[in-house]
Amino acid sequence: MSRIFVAGLGAVSPAGWNVGALRDTLEKGEPLPVQEMARPGWEKPLPARLVPNPSLRPEFLSHPRLRRTSPITHYAAAAALEAVAGLRTNPEAKNCRLGIVVCLQSGCVQYSCRFYDETLKNPATASPLVFPETVYAAPASHVAALLENVVLACSLVGDPSAYLQGVSLGVQWLEENRVDACLVIGAEETNWIMADALWHLDRHAIVTAGAGALCLCREAKLSSGVELAAITDSQTYSARRTRMQAAAAMRGQLGESSPKELLCDGIGNSRRTDAAEFAAWRDWTGPRISPKRILGEGLMAAAAWQCVAACDAVANGRFAGANVSLVGSNQQAMGARFAAISHLSGARP
Amino acid sequence: MLFPTTSSPRTPVRVVVTGAGIITGLGTGWKPNAEGFRAGKAAFRPVSQFDVSRQRVKTAAEVDLPAILPPTRLGARSIARLDRAGAMLVLAALEAWQQAGLECAENLPLVLGSTAGGMLLGEAYYRQAVRQPQRHRQQATRAIYYQPQVQARMVLDALGFSGPITIISNACASGGNAIGHAWDLIRCGQAERVVAGGYDALGEMVFSGFDSLQALSPTVCRPFDARRDGLALGEGAAVVTLETLESAQRRGAIILAELIGYGTSIDQHHLTQPHPQGSTTLMVMKQACASAGVTPEEIDYINAHGTGTVLNDRSEALAISEWAGSRAATLPVSSTKASIGHLLGGAGAVEAVVCLMTLREQWLPPEIEFETPDPACKFPIVNKPQDARVNVALSNSFGFGGVNATLILRRWA
Repeated sequence: MSRIFVAGLGAVSPAGWNVGALRDTLEKGEPLPVQEMARPGWEKPLPARLVPNPSLRPEFLSHPRLRRTSPITHYAAAAALEAVAGLRTNPEAKNCRLGIVVCLQSGCVQYSCRFYDETLKNPATASPLVFPETVYAAPASHVAALLENVVLACSLVGDPSAYLQGVSLGVQWLEENRVDACLVIGAEETNWIMADALWHLDRHAIVTAGAGALCLCREAKLSSGVELAAITDSQTYSARRTRMQAAAAMRGQLGESSPKELLCDGIGNSRRTDAAEFAAWRDWTGPRISPKRILGEGLMAAAAWQCVAACDAVANGRFAGANVSLVGSNQQAMGARFAAISHLSGARP
Repeated sequence: MLFPTTSSPRTPVRVVVTGAGIITGLGTGWKPNAEGFRAGKAAFRPVSQFDVSRQRVKTAAEVDLPAILPPTRLGARSIARLDRAGAMLVLAALEAWQQAGLECAENLPLVLGSTAGGMLLGEAYYRQAVRQPQRHRQQATRAIYYQPQVQARMVLDALGFSGPITIISNACASGGNAIGHAWDLIRCGQAERVVAGGYDALGEMVFSGFDSLQALSPTVCRPFDARRDGLALGEGAAVVTLETLESAQRRGAIILAELIGYGTSIDQHHLTQPHPQGSTTLMVMKQACASAGVTPEEIDYINAHGTGTVLNDRSEALAISEWAGSRAATLPVSSTKASIGHLLGGAGAVEAVVCLMTLREQWLPPEIEFETPDPACKFPIVNKPQDARVNVALSNSFGFGGVNATLILRRWA
């Protein structure tokens, strides 16, 4: 049985452009202020929590491949660079073969809307510079070009629970020795059409954007003190299995946890949307954080923030273990547990 | 649990294909497609799905969907929510499922490749949001059903199985990567059987995108021809059922072929252009051959990515020529995009099924319009219908963003 460690974390969120900002905001526990997003054709704007501009223009934006990219690539790149920062300076990780899994739900909506709008107005003048940036695979491609030592990449699309499928794919690559480390990034950007779509599906949700990244590795010496302890199966929704049943099955697979462990759940502000996850964890008596309540609905980015927050809490010694619950909107429920290395070393030599 | 995993099989298991479904501009199902590919028939016609009057190019290989879908477990309400992409996906999956003789199953993974999912619903959402901002009718449904994982759930519900859904979106390599990932899942012991494939429907935005890049051919799609001037778009889907040899034999399933090799890598040269020397293509073909335990001498046919663009075909031709070495002079290569266009996320899966056809029926699919080879081609391009001995076939797929996939299939005799 192999062991998989977390070598680094990265995050861009409405709280700021690093994990520290995410941590501070979650520790305060106060929902971030809501901004207004103009919705063409509506008098009333839609609520949103936007990623603030970075205090300094990130150096990576001068990379030629990132010149025309949209915010989703900026977020993914910033989170990726933060997550691999430790590896890049560690002589033990020299010539490390890196894999990248980028997970998305909505993907490159800004340029997609822009390009389709241009097409509807006059396809003859639709910009060929914008179109390639509309594909789901664009952020992974740009991040791979930025990091250079990438040997494998894959973009996965799904509801937010698919972030843990991305982690599982990274684990598979590591176990098969195809890569030495693997970045798993969840990223989203937003605009008025995203806010509009979310309004149609959940009137209480506040749209946001950003990215989160875990850097996984096989070597304990490269780790940040955290290891992956479990990923549940994909508990897929179907005509025969409701979201409520799938969430319960996910909880059942994660099993009993110590009340001293953290639960990092995906609960937001909607009683209806959150009902399945509430039910699955109703007996949880330990500490819990709900990043969406503070940051907003960031879809795949929010799923990644949950994992980053869980790992960060363990890495900083605040908890010996942390559970992540992802009850996705329309695909599946999945869960994971991260643990301090010392916490598991006795159980899994 | 996905992690910790149970240990992988000590000896890698053999993976076979027991079902295949296909829908393209040539028709619905194996038979019309096999006849069309064998003859090198072209499926291009004026685009009817959206207005192309202001586009440079006005043709594509559209699919004729049946007016009524064959019976599945989907109710009328669910069927009404399928867009073209979803309908094509269900049709291909149904054919594969029936051919494989599979029945209701639990924990049967579904791995799909797509670049756009239900983008047609997304386009409809956008048009209504812009043109009738106060009208909300159908918007919530569109916002849900344009998502590829929801379309994948329709496949589960249509055929009556359940299991994890994985959607791979590595642009035009997606279909090849989906089948390759399914192969990986079986080989590493995570699954005994997997349903896998790729699909994409022709949409206004994507058509306009390729037209804006001036990547579409204003004449005829002629992959690897020195006079080539671009690609042609198409739409379609293909789905295969993969399983361990042991499982197939235990069920008494008809084995269509063995999937023996898979390679994938990323070309970091450019977002939309391959490395000019095809270095990553070369690497991924070598990787697939290594995993299959075959050499270029053992490959009998290559279904190339061969889009018909100047840059792609030159890069791929250089890679194939270098990889094949002395074998290149007699190694038949063709791109079936000359018949059905580029199916984007569906391409890799459809072309894998074309390879199955060549292995099962022992012919090579020609590019009828091909005349003058690009100087980089050190190999013959199949340009006339012909029977051939095909024991091992290789299929290449490359995508925007640089992810490449190569699959190798062997005849089951």
